[in-house]
This record gives sequence, C-alpha cells and structure tokens, in this order.
Amino acid sequence: MSGSITSVAYIGATILFILSLGGLSNPESSRRGNLYGMIGMAIAVLATVFGPQVTAAGLGWILAALVVGGGIGLYLARTVQMTQMPELVAFMHSLVGLVATVVGFASYIDPTAAAGMSPAEAGIHHAEVYLGVLIGAVTLSGSVIAFGKLSGKIGGKPLLLPGRHWLNLALLIAVIVLGQRFLSAGSIDAGMMPLMIMTVLALLFGVHMVMAIGGADMPVVVSMLNSYSGWAAAATGFMLSNDLLIVTGALVGSSGAILSYIMCRAMNRQFLSVIAGGFGSDGGVPKAAGGAAAPVGEVTSVSALETAELLKDASSVIIVPGYGMAVAQAQHTVYEITKTLRERGKNVRFAIHPVAGRMPGHMNVLLAEAKVPYDIVMEMDEINEDFPNTSVVMVIGANDIVNPSAQDDPGSPIAGMPVLEVWKAQTTIVMKRSMASGYAGVDNPLFYKENNRMLFGDAKKMLDEVLSALRA
Amino acid sequence: MAQLIGIPKELYPGEKRVATVPDVVEKLCKLGFSVVVEAGAGEGATIGDDAYQAAGATIAPDAASVWAQADIVFKVRAPNADEVTRLREGQTLVSFIWAGQNPELLKAMAEKKATVISMDSVPRISRAQKLDALSSMANIGGYRAVIEAAHAFGRFFTGQITAAGKVPPAKVFVIGAGVAGLAAIGAASGLGAIVRANDTRPEVADQIKSLGGEFVPVDYVEEGSGVGGYAKVMSEGFQKAQRETFAKQAKEVDIIITTALIPGKPAPKLITAEMVQSMKPGSVIVDMAAEQGGNCELTEPGKIVTKYGVIIIGYADLPSRLPRQSSNLYATNLLRMTEELCKTKDGQINVNMEDEVLRGATVVKAGEVTWPPPAPKLSAAPAGSTPAKAAAAAPPAQKKGHGHGGGGEPASASKTAALFGVAAVLFLLIGAYAPAAFLGHFTVFVLACFVGYMVVWNVKPSLHTPLMSVTNAISSIIVIGALVQIAPPAVESVLGEGARPDALIRWLAVAGIALTAVNMFGGFAVTRRMLAMFRK
Repeated sequence: MSGSITSVAYIGATILFILSLGGLSNPESSRRGNLYGMIGMAIAVLATVFGPQVTAAGLGWILAALVVGGGIGLYLARTVQMTQMPELVAFMHSLVGLVATVVGFASYIDPTAAAGMSPAEAGIHHAEVYLGVLIGAVTLSGSVIAFGKLSGKIGGKPLLLPGRHWLNLALLIAVIVLGQRFLSAGSIDAGMMPLMIMTVLALLFGVHMVMAIGGADMPVVVSMLNSYSGWAAAATGFMLSNDLLIVTGALVGSSGAILSYIMCRAMNRQFLSVIAGGFGSDGGVPKAAGGAAAPVGEVTSVSALETAELLKDASSVIIVPGYGMAVAQAQHTVYEITKTLRERGKNVRFAIHPVAGRMPGHMNVLLAEAKVPYDIVMEMDEINEDFPNTSVVMVIGANDIVNPSAQDDPGSPIAGMPVLEVWKAQTTIVMKRSMASGYAGVDNPLFYKENNRMLFGDAKKMLDEVLSALRA
Repeated sequence: MAQLIGIPKELYPGEKRVATVPDVVEKLCKLGFSVVVEAGAGEGATIGDDAYQAAGATIAPDAASVWAQADIVFKVRAPNADEVTRLREGQTLVSFIWAGQNPELLKAMAEKKATVISMDSVPRISRAQKLDALSSMANIGGYRAVIEAAHAFGRFFTGQITAAGKVPPAKVFVIGAGVAGLAAIGAASGLGAIVRANDTRPEVADQIKSLGGEFVPVDYVEEGSGVGGYAKVMSEGFQKAQRETFAKQAKEVDIIITTALIPGKPAPKLITAEMVQSMKPGSVIVDMAAEQGGNCELTEPGKIVTKYGVIIIGYADLPSRLPRQSSNLYATNLLRMTEELCKTKDGQINVNMEDEVLRGATVVKAGEVTWPPPAPKLSAAPAGSTPAKAAAAAPPAQKKGHGHGGGGEPASASKTAALFGVAAVLFLLIGAYAPAAFLGHFTVFVLACFVGYMVVWNVKPSLHTPLMSVTNAISSIIVIGALVQIAPPAVESVLGEGARPDALIRWLAVAGIALTAVNMFGGFAVTRRMLAMFRK
C-alpha cells in the first residue's frame, strides 16, 4: 500500500470519528455513531499496518499484541457493572497516558526518527517528545488515582498538603528547567536523565493534583483526564508528524474540555478552583454544619409504608437520583416503582442534575441500564419549572444538588450553584442513610422544611419495602 | 369628627351591584370612617341589611336620608337626575361617571359645588392598579360573556367522543385582548373550546397564548398601542385588512366575543351585517361594547336579538349579572381609593390635586370641572413605544436559543478582545520561529479543536458518559504511534547499522499496542453495551 492511499484512509478515518461524535447528539443516532467510530478505528489501524511505515517483520508482533490487549478489553467491557463505569473510564484514561509516555520514550531513543532533520526541526521534535511524555505521565498517574478514588480504594476526602500551591509551582519550574537541559543535551544518553526525572515529577504532579480533589468534584476530574488523554494523543501526533493522531487527539481533547466546562458550570465553580483543591479550600477543612445560617426546625421522618401511601395519593411524581442510588445499586428497584406508579396512571419523571453521580451523565446510564425510558428522564433546565405542580418528589441519595441554600443563603459555600428546586413541590421525600451533610459539608435546610419527610436507611432496602407496600 | 360614607341603593334598572360589602365596611371603619347604608341596598347582590349592621354600618330608611347625612357617597352607576339634585355643596361622590360621554352631567354636578371622583378616570399607572375598577369589572364581564354565550349556544364547548356520536369542540373568536378579552379567552378555553383572539396591539400575543388562546394576526404592519396601554384608532388600510381577517374567522367560528373599545370614542364597528350572515345558524355573538354602540352593526344594546339565525347578545350590564362578585371587587377598589384619599387614616378625606392618581380621577373639584386631566406621564405598557428598550432586550433572548447555551456565559467585550490579543501574539510567535512542516500540522490541530468544539456542544447531557467512553476508545488511535515504531523500513543513514536499539523499541511498542488494544476494544464494546440500554 502506498503512502498516498494511507493518507486517504486517514482522511476517511478522521471523518468517521467526527461523525461518531456527532452521532451522540441523540440516543437514536448514537448507536450508529459508535459503529462509525469502530469502522474509523479499523481503517486507521489497517492503513497503518499495511502502509509504508510498517514492514512485514512486525505483523506477527502486532497481531499478538492486539489479540492479548483486545481480549482483556472485551472481557472488561462485558463484565463491568454500570455503577463502575466511572472507574472503568478512569482506568482506560490511564492506559492512554501510559501509551503516550511509552511511545514518547521509544521515539526518543530511536535515532532514525530525527535523522535527516534540520536542527530547528530536531529541536521541535524533541520538544514534542518532551511534551508528549509530560502530558502522558500526568494523565497516567492522575487517572490511576482517580480510579482508586472512584473504586473506593483511596478515600474520597481531598488530601491537602501544606503549601500545595507552592509545591505545584516548584514542580512546574523544575519541569521547565529540566526541559531546557533536555533540549540542549548533545546526545540521546545525555538527554535521557532529564527526561526520566521529568517523567517522575509529572507522575507526582498527577497524583498530587487528583488527591487534592474531593469526591463531589470527580465528574470534573474524570472529564478533565478525558481531555488530557486527547491532548496526549495530539502531542504524540506532532511528535510523529501524523495528522490523524493530531486531529483525533484534538477532537477528544476539546470534547473533554467542554465536558469539564459544563460540569464546572453546573457546580458554579471555576475550573481553576476545582483543580486547585476541594471545597472550602481556604481553610482546608469543610465548614461545620453550624455557620451563620444553621437551619432550624423539626425533621419529620416517615416509614417506607407511609412513603408508599404518599406515592399512591400523588398524581405526579418526580424522582431525583444521586450518588446514593448508585452506591446502593437501587436503580432496578427505582424502575420497578416507576413502572408500578405509571401503570396506575401517575406521571412519573426523573430529574437529573448535571453533576449527579461521579461522572458526566452517570445517572442517565444507570437509569438506562434499569430500562427507564429516556423520554421521562429530564435535565435540570427542562424540569425545574415543573416542581410547583408536582405532588411528590423523591430524592434518592442526593444532597447538595437539592440544597435550597444555594439560592437563599449568599454565605453558603455552594451559593449560586444551580440546584433542582424540589422544595417547591407539595411534598418531598428524602432518602438518606443519616443526617450527615453532603460532599460540600453544608447542612441542607430542605430536610427541615415543613413539607419534607425523611426516609432513613439504605436506599435499596427502603425502596424494596416501598415497592412491596405499593404492590400490596 | 369622623366623616360619614353613604351607600345609597342603585337606581339604574336591572343594576344589582352595590358600592360596598360588609367586609369592606369593617375596613372603612378601621380607617376612621362611619358608614351608612340605605335599607335594601345590597338586595341585588344578596347581601342583607343585618350583614351590614354586623359589620358596623348603620341602616338608613331611604335614599334621601343617606344623601342628606353623608359627607362622601359611594355609588356604582353615574347618578341620575334625581340623585344629582340631592348632591350638596362640600359633598364628595365616588362612582363611575363616564365623563367623556356625559358632559351635561358633569356640568350639573359642578353647579352643586360638589367634588366628584370618577372610578373610570383613574390613570393607568402601576401604582393605581389596585384601584382600577374598570379592570376588575372588565374581568368579570369577560367571564360572564362566555357564560352567556355558552347559555345561548346549543352545543357543548368541549369536544367529546361519546357513544351517541362525536361532538366537535366549539370555536370561539375573541376580538380585543384587553382585560375583558383575556378573561373571556381564559374562561372559554377553560370550558374546552378552541379559542382564537385578535388585537391591534401585537404585544398581547403572548398573553393570549398564556391563557390557552391562539393569536390571529392581521396581516398589516401598524403599531396599535395608544397612551396608557389602550388601543387607538387604526388607519384605513389596516381596517380593511382587519375586516378581511374577521370575515374569514366569522365563517369558521361558532362564537364571537367582541371587546374592542377606544377610550372616549364610540366602539369601532368590526362585525358587519354580511359577516353575521356568513356565520353558521345557531352561532352566538356577545358584544361587550354594546353600551358604547357595539362592535357589531346588528347589536341592540341591552337586548338579545336573533339575526340571520345568529344570536346577538348586547347586554350592557354583564358585571351586574355576577352581582356578588362584582360588588366585592368594586367595593375593594373603592376601599383602595379611600386609602389614597385618606392617607392619615383619621376618617378625613383630602382630595390632593398634586397626587397623580387623584388628579386624574377627580372630574369635578368643589364646583369646577377638572376633566379631562393632563396627559398621564407614564404609560403602563411602554413595550412597543420604546424601540431602544426592546432592542436591548432582544439579544439575551436570542442567546437562549443557541444550542446547549452555546459558548456559555456571554463574555464581555474587553475579555474577548484580550483573549484574541493573546491568541494573536501566540500565533505570531509560532509563525516567527516554527518551521513550515510544523505549521501544517499546527493548522490541522487548531481546526480539529474547533470541529471538536462544534460537534461536542450538540451532545445531549444524558449521553455524556457514552461520549466519554467513545472518545476514550477513539483516543486509542495513539496505537498508530506504537505501530509505526515496531518494524519501520530500514533507513539508510549516516548512523550506520546497529545504532537503533531495535529490540528495546519493539518491546516498548508491543506493550503500547497491547495496552491500547485493551482501550480500543474495551472502549467501543462498553459504549455499545451502554447505548443499547438507552430506549424509549
């Protein structure tokens, strides 16, 4: 296969990737979008393998590596639980980061890569290697930590080292100085040392960055790492002068960046402040429940039976799921309750806050898994106006996203964050394990409102009881 | 000494309203006034004398004694000749007067050296809304117009499919979407009819829609808002286009409710005899402008007539046909007026001519005709008349429609300029130092970022997780980096044989391929699995 045909195949693959992302604009076309992505990938790989840059000697190796890796990938994809999607995504990001690092090293120690280049071109090539390895390493260690946090292997609380901003700054300066040494190194062996040290520093930086971010900010982190993995691919593309890699990397990178932006806006937070550390970053400790505006009033708790009664009398119900539902694996029971209520002619809908869960769109995937039809699953903007006309709102394991103090109390740490206005409904039922505050560490005045009922206990167990009471 | 408010019985034939109700009597007493009510004044509105007494009023045996005692007289209808003779010097009368239509009455009352406050002359400014009796009466009238129409109309309003056959919904066309028109639209759509409405003021289209009606525009461009939120007389060309629109509607609809009034002028004739003729037999027209001459040529004020098989209702007393409700609201409007008159709450009124509201409403002041008042300073609905304001309001509305909030918050101009400046400097630096080969790749990179930006904004939030997993799978394209390293064609170079550590690179590349393969296959497979779950 000639170089020109390879180039044309790359263009085809690029178009298919763009169509693939475009297809995700709605659930109908999304399946085809995924197919486009697969075809594009197959074309790109085949065109490269049979292109001029790979000789027949490599075919066996390539096949073996693809079979081993592909097997593992397919196994993971088949067995992963939908509640574990955030972990899987983070894990896969770490792989992209790792590969970017490996490819960067391999490219550097390959003297033929830079052969025949002018000094300026060689300098740029080395800079690209350096950048590729840097981004790759940060993505790798950041994703590993995110994976640990999401799977519960590492605690969700932000780890805030003293003077961590200075630490980050020092790391940044060190990376720049090392880059200078690396670029001015005369030989590959001389440049190896700074590159190695920089890689270690970049890994440390990735660890430090994600460790400092609290659990509620994980959607931002996951989408940010998504973005990084794209930039890493783009940097590799520059390094290898491969346009397909550059384009694809840029697509993925900007997609992740937009997602991060959407997530930040949904929490009314600045991107930088999320990166710089968890909530209450000034004091380092989340503010105690007290504060200036400690909510007053009685908390009314109800039993599962009474909850079922309230649901039976309701004409319209909105369910607000949160991370608690994912943790308790309660989505199937929620669907059974929805089905039962809908059979009785009640209008049941779901309200999804953009940052509910640990990943953008996390709740949608869980509900889809439980077979909840997507046309009754609403976004915050679509449904917020409907709360005043709703009889019962069920909040399942969510807290900060339904906190009225975001609107009422300018002193609250979450002031200005867009929230679901559930308190405007006739009755709200909040399912929680205890009165503990959410990730933001803010007490929720909703719990003390007159029209609110608390249903304490494990979400799955309680919902099962509600379901059996409803069917009785 | 507290002033005495007198409520005589209304004398106009068929008038069932009364100028105060027991609830309001209590509040008037709290303001420091005493109240005297003529015996039987509340009969029409089914309010007994004992109810007034219980609220703190005294009952006078006849009208003469009420007029003789009272310092202030509250009435609904403008006084008739008898009542004018009873008016005395220093007395204040608060009532509907319709000063524009009744210049003789004004003169007669002025001769009596009394002060007359006209509830229909209250200026239409925000502050005076609570004493706007015209609106509260129009609201009731609009509702009642629909009820009268439903009564005269031989069919259901709402469409039904019954065992005995299909019932089509009634079609109602409302002309004029003022307070009365809007009330009629609400009431008719509440009964299940298909409601259309027209108004010369285009800004009311949204209000019509909000009440369940459909706005029928006249295909002719002219601004119809007059001063104070009322309609004005339209040009000849417009009127022609309007007649065509109405003629078309008349053929289609079952019920027409007209509410078109222009202040101080006879009602415009909008429904011609031919239009009535073109309507289906059994159709109904309710002409709410009957008192000012009627919007329909065939209307006979105060009567129901049937012409060409169409029932034309010309009642001029629609609010009075809901006497309890209208008395209640009117009495409350009068209470608010009393509060304006007596800001000190000591039972003494003060007709302060410096006050914009009182100046507008006072038509006779101590024997002098003070009507018409100077033009109001502020319009209640300045929407169309201030294009600058409208233009300023338009851009934010447009932004809302842009995709998923588009680029998010609109950046300020200076911020955008700064951003462009930084970008320009960056590009300049790159252009100055980078070699040509790099620039080609760089171009591709920047363009791809923009394509990604455009495409991803269209992704639905519910698909964000699949988006992440599919982009993750796509980023396995990095495998190409490993592929080209595994066994590249030999390069003749000055470095000579053995300079390239083949084995090491190959192992690194194989590891890279295997790792990305996990990502590639796993990523696409899991996305596929996820998307298969999204169902309607």
